[in-house]
Amino acid sequence: MTNTLLQAVTGRRFLVSAWPWRGFAYCATTAVASGVLWLLFAVPLAPLFSAVVVLWSGQTGGYLIVAAGLGLVGVGMLALLGPRLALSMARAERWRLRLVGDVSLPPGRRGNLYTDPATWRAVAYTVLLGVGGPMWLGVLGVIGLLALSTPISVEYRISVMDSPAGIVGRAVGGLLLIPVLFYLIALFGGVHAALARLLLVPEPSEELVEVARSRTRMAHAFDAERLRIERDLHDIAQQRLVALTMQIGVARLDLPPSSPAAAAMASAHEQAKTLMAELRDLIRGISPRALRDLGLQAAVEELAAASSLEVHVDIASSRFLAEAESVAYAAISEALANTAKHAATTTEVTVTVRRKADRLLVEVRDGGGGGADPARGSGLTGLADRAAAAGGRLLLSSPAGGPTILRVELPCVS
Amino acid sequence: MRVVIAEDSVLLREGLSAMLPRFGVEVVASVGDSPTLLAAVRRHRPQLVVTDVRMPPDYTDEGLRAAVALRTEDPGLAVVALSQYVQHGYAGELLASGSGRSVGYLLKDRIGDVAEFAGQLRRVAEGGTVVDPEVVRQLMQHRRDPLKQLSAREREVLAVVAQGHSNAAAARLLSLTEAGVAKHIGNLFTKLNLPVSDDTNRRVLAVLAYLRSRSD
Repeated sequence: MTNTLLQAVTGRRFLVSAWPWRGFAYCATTAVASGVLWLLFAVPLAPLFSAVVVLWSGQTGGYLIVAAGLGLVGVGMLALLGPRLALSMARAERWRLRLVGDVSLPPGRRGNLYTDPATWRAVAYTVLLGVGGPMWLGVLGVIGLLALSTPISVEYRISVMDSPAGIVGRAVGGLLLIPVLFYLIALFGGVHAALARLLLVPEPSEELVEVARSRTRMAHAFDAERLRIERDLHDIAQQRLVALTMQIGVARLDLPPSSPAAAAMASAHEQAKTLMAELRDLIRGISPRALRDLGLQAAVEELAAASSLEVHVDIASSRFLAEAESVAYAAISEALANTAKHAATTTEVTVTVRRKADRLLVEVRDGGGGGADPARGSGLTGLADRAAAAGGRLLLSSPAGGPTILRVELPCVS
Repeated sequence: MRVVIAEDSVLLREGLSAMLPRFGVEVVASVGDSPTLLAAVRRHRPQLVVTDVRMPPDYTDEGLRAAVALRTEDPGLAVVALSQYVQHGYAGELLASGSGRSVGYLLKDRIGDVAEFAGQLRRVAEGGTVVDPEVVRQLMQHRRDPLKQLSAREREVLAVVAQGHSNAAAARLLSLTEAGVAKHIGNLFTKLNLPVSDDTNRRVLAVLAYLRSRSD
C-alpha cells in the first residue's frame, strides 16, 4: 500500500494520482515553514551574529567586551529558547507531515527537556529545515523557473531562437520539464519528509510493542476464561437449578395448600425461578452462546429482542474475526444497558455494524438525553481497554441534550 | 401418553422421568444424546418427544436437528423442545415444521411449574402449539411490523392463545366472554392476513411469522 510520498513516486500511476499535488503542497509549505523558522530564530541569532561581525571587523578594546556580551546573550537565548522552539516546530511539522503520509503520535516526554532524546532530534530537524530546506527548495525553484519561463521567454524573445527547430526544441523541452518537475518535487519533498519522519516520528520502541502484545495475550486469556465460566455455569449450575426447581414443584404437589410448609415452599419455588432468570441474564452478559454459534447479527438481534428499548439493528449477516465480534458485542450490550438504565423506555436506539476495509465499525446511537460520562462508570472504560487490547479504539460522544453515540473501531482481518 | 425424553443432564433427565408419571405420562425411554434419541423414537414410536435443544457432542442444536428430522419422517409426531434461553433462529425452524401443529418451544424454567408443564406437554401431544411466554413477551414488547396493527386487547388475546390455550381458557384468563375472544381472534387473523382455513393452529401462525422473519 502507498502511504508515503517516496513510495508513491515509484508507482506507475503516480502522475494521475493526488500525490504530485500533495508533494507540491508539502514543498510549498516547507518553504513557508523554513521562513517562519528563520524569523523565530532571528531573535537568539541576532546578538550572536552581531558579535561575529564585531570580531570579524578587527575592532579592539571596548568593542571586544560588547562582542563578548552579545555572544553570551546569544548563546544563553539559544540554549534557553532553542530546544523549546525546536519542539514547537516539531509539533507543527508532524502535523504538516500528514500531507505526505500517515503520522502516528509520538510518546510523551521522557525525562526533562534537555535529556529527552526527542528534544535533540527536534533540534536536529530544525537544522535540517533551516539549512537543508532552503538549499533543495532553491534547486527546485531554478528548475521550476526554467520550465515555466519557456513560453514567456519565447514570447518576449529573451532567448534567441533563430530556427523553427530551436523554437520547437525549446517548447518541447519546457513541456517535458513539467512532469519531470513533478517527479523532482516528489523526490525532494519525499526525502525531506522521510528524514523528518525519522527524526520526529520514531518507531514505537520494542518495549512498547511488547506491552501491546502482552495486553493482547491478556485479552485472549480473559476471553477464554469467560468462555469457561459460561460453560460451567450453563452445564452445571443452570441444570442443577432447573432440577431443583422441578423437585420443589413436585414437593409442593403433596403439601396441603393450607399448611405452613406450603407457604414456605411456594416462596422457595418463586426464589428458585427468579434465580433461574437472573442466572440466564448473567450468562448472557458473560459470553453469549448465540454469538459464537450464529454470529454478531443473530446475537445482537437476541439482545435487541430482550431489551426494553426499541432497538433497530443494521448488521450484515456475515461472520467477522471472533475477537472483533466479541468486543463489538460487549460494546453493544453495554451501550444498550446504559441507555436502558438512564433513558426512557420509549427511546429508540440504532445499532449499526459496517466493515470498512480491514476495520469493523460499530456504532450505537440513541435518542436519549446525552450526558454519558465514561469516568463515572467502569463499564465504558473497561470496554475501551478491551477495544485497545484488540488493537482498536472506543469513542464516545454524548453532549447534554443528546444524542449519545458510541463508536468502536476494531481491526478485522480474517 | 407415551413419551421419549432426551436431555444430557442426568439430574434433569431422572427428575423428569420420575415426575411425569404422576401426571399420567408414561416415559418409555430417556436418553442423553441425539443419535440415541433417533434410535429410541424409531423403536418405541412415542406420541411425544421432549428434547433439550443442546446436547452432546457439539452442544449447539443437536436436539432440535433431531426433532426436525423426526418430524420430517413422521409429521404426526409431537415434539416439545426445551431450551435454556430464547434463540429465535432455532425456535422458528422447529415451530414452522409440520405447519406448526403438535409442537412446542419452552424455556427450561417452565419445568418448575410441574402441573402447568405437564399440561403443556399434553396440549402439544393433542395437536396444539405451545410457545413460551418469554418468546411471546419479547414479541409483544417490540410489536414488530405485522403486529403493530393489533389493538392492546388483541395482543393480549394472541399472547394467551399462543401458549396453547383454548378459546374457553382464554376467556377465563382474560375475563372475557368466549364470543368476545372469538371476535378478537377473528379480527387479528384478518389484520395479520392469515388465510381462512380449517387449520385450528392458524392462531399461532402469527407467532410463527414473527419468528421466521427474525431467523431469516
